Amino acid sequence: MAIEIGGKSIETDEEGYLVDLSDWTEEIALELAKSESLEMDEPRWEVVNFLREYYDEYQIAPAVRVLTKAIGKKLGKDKGNSKYLYELFPYGPGKQACKIAGLPKPTGCI
Amino acid sequence: MADFDTPEYRKYRDIPKLEEGTMSDSAPFIAKPVFQGPLGFPGELVENWQEVAIDKMGDLLGKYRGLQVYLDSCVKCGACTDKCHYFIGTKDPKNMPVGRQDLLRSVYRRYFTFAGKYFPKLVGAKDLTKEVLDDWYSYFHQCSQCRRCSVYCPYGIDTAEISMAAREILDTVGIGQKYCNEIIGKVYTIGNNLGLPKRALRDTLLDLEEEIEEETGLPIKLPLDVKGADILLVTPSADFFAEPHIDGLIGYAKVFHEAGVNWTLSSHASEAGNFGMFIGSYENMQDVAMRVRQAAEDLGVKRIVHGECGHAWRIAYSFWNTLIGPWDFLDQNYPIPQHICEYTWDLIENNKLNFDKSENDHRVMTFHDSCNVARATRMGDKPGGQFEIPRNVIKAVCNHYYEMDPETTKEGTYCCGGGGGLLTDDLMEIRVKGALPRMEALNEVVEDHGVTNMAAICAICKSQFSKVLPYYKMPMDMIVSVHQLVGDALILTGSKEALEALEAAESSEE
Ligand code: SF4
Ligand code: SF4
Repeated sequence: MAIEIGGKSIETDEEGYLVDLSDWTEEIALELAKSESLEMDEPRWEVVNFLREYYDEYQIAPAVRVLTKAIGKKLGKDKGNSKYLYELFPYGPGKQACKIAGLPKPTGCI
Repeated sequence: MADFDTPEYRKYRDIPKLEEGTMSDSAPFIAKPVFQGPLGFPGELVENWQEVAIDKMGDLLGKYRGLQVYLDSCVKCGACTDKCHYFIGTKDPKNMPVGRQDLLRSVYRRYFTFAGKYFPKLVGAKDLTKEVLDDWYSYFHQCSQCRRCSVYCPYGIDTAEISMAAREILDTVGIGQKYCNEIIGKVYTIGNNLGLPKRALRDTLLDLEEEIEEETGLPIKLPLDVKGADILLVTPSADFFAEPHIDGLIGYAKVFHEAGVNWTLSSHASEAGNFGMFIGSYENMQDVAMRVRQAAEDLGVKRIVHGECGHAWRIAYSFWNTLIGPWDFLDQNYPIPQHICEYTWDLIENNKLNFDKSENDHRVMTFHDSCNVARATRMGDKPGGQFEIPRNVIKAVCNHYYEMDPETTKEGTYCCGGGGGLLTDDLMEIRVKGALPRMEALNEVVEDHGVTNMAAICAICKSQFSKVLPYYKMPMDMIVSVHQLVGDALILTGSKEALEALEAAESSEE
């Protein structure tokens, strides 16, 4: 599979995750969000940017608990919980937000 | 959500009317060549696949006597037909256990029995065509290897074994399942199913320690790679990552802390799970398991305790001795291996732990028996310990507990719907449909007793339920870890809460 942006074709896997992390741009994030029927507002960008920073440092997406804590710090304590994150990303912050952030899908017994 | 209908709860629990082919399109993503190689399998369908497959079948028949007996002994009595949750949820006859077995059996008959070689039609023998191979790939990935059907079969035919063999044959001809094989690869390169590198693991644990200290005021640790520790805890990597798993991990840490033992996690064996079993590959199962032995030897521990993981407990309990034994370097005074529920229950029985059960009063509990624990292992030294010990632990820490329909618990438990390597998004339809009988039983105790939460001791069950509960209009956080309940009620010596309780008691005496 692939997504087309500005005449360029970007390769994705069967589920629409970027194959090459370094292909990612904000423009592509917008396109990926569109395919998930999500509007990229301020809080969603916060999550996506945090995921990218974390991945850059650790080569994996953060644990849900680490993510909720970080978002709580950035957006206010009342937002630092998985319920809020599921409001932002109904298919799961881990999976859906990772896709938009251009990260591979976390898999395992999760 | 995806484009299929969540099944309705059944009014009558009789054998569903067959609907042929309802799930014939269900098949998981195929593993890319990069994921096949490291496991010792060809990257894609080999040219002479038919020959390779039949050779492999012969090889497996020679190696596992049980397999041949299972393939020979079915008398088509029909006792198993409605015992599979995937059949109940999909009505597809190839999801009846006997229907599933027949996919392999008909080919076995054709190539390995006299009658099948010369009079194939008479005995329902079939050539191995590409169509048959595709059917195998589809329907052997609609079996969670839960072994429920075998309980009701008069000959004890174990469809799980047949599924494992079929998947091993598929891998050998180059058709692997992406989900399982990618994950096994991550264990080899990184150390766990998640692909959580050591540094990320360490920092996640430090983060959690901070959180526990904020809550309790106590320096409760989640030690990693501590040489000379007494206990090595091996637990599914989901416990470091997902909800509600992580609360179970915090629970283990609190118990170890209160018991005052020197314990450790290992970055080399940061995974209890072992998908080698799901794909039926003895070699891969052994390689994955070997990491635990290596870690135990390198760290010089005396005991190994298992966290809440269903199939890992089966592998440890039933296969470890042959796979990676002997365990002569461990302390023989303790069970080898030991389950965390056994460990905690032993402390409770010896009055080493104190609880404030009212901490769990907002919960009305029930318990889901995980299939591998229920039907393939034991705990403690009495028969049925694998049923009683987790329940005893829950009842020791919760005031409100109700059982689900006994047809759906203990040895008759229904799989969560996501076991055996099916816990992947590309199999969501079969996962949701297969959850039907468990959801029905849960819904009953919700309606009859106001049950608010269901506990489980398996990472796969926990993840599967948090995904499928919303399809059945129940909240995803209904599912909890048993050790989350333990951790919430445990009175920690010297903690903020314990001190407050002490002060309150003293001032009321004055
Ligand atoms: S082992 Fe479980 S999933 Fe497989 S056929 Fe039997 S009941 Fe169904
Ligand atoms: S219960 Fe056993 S013997 Fe009877 S049809 Fe099923 S597999 Fe065959």
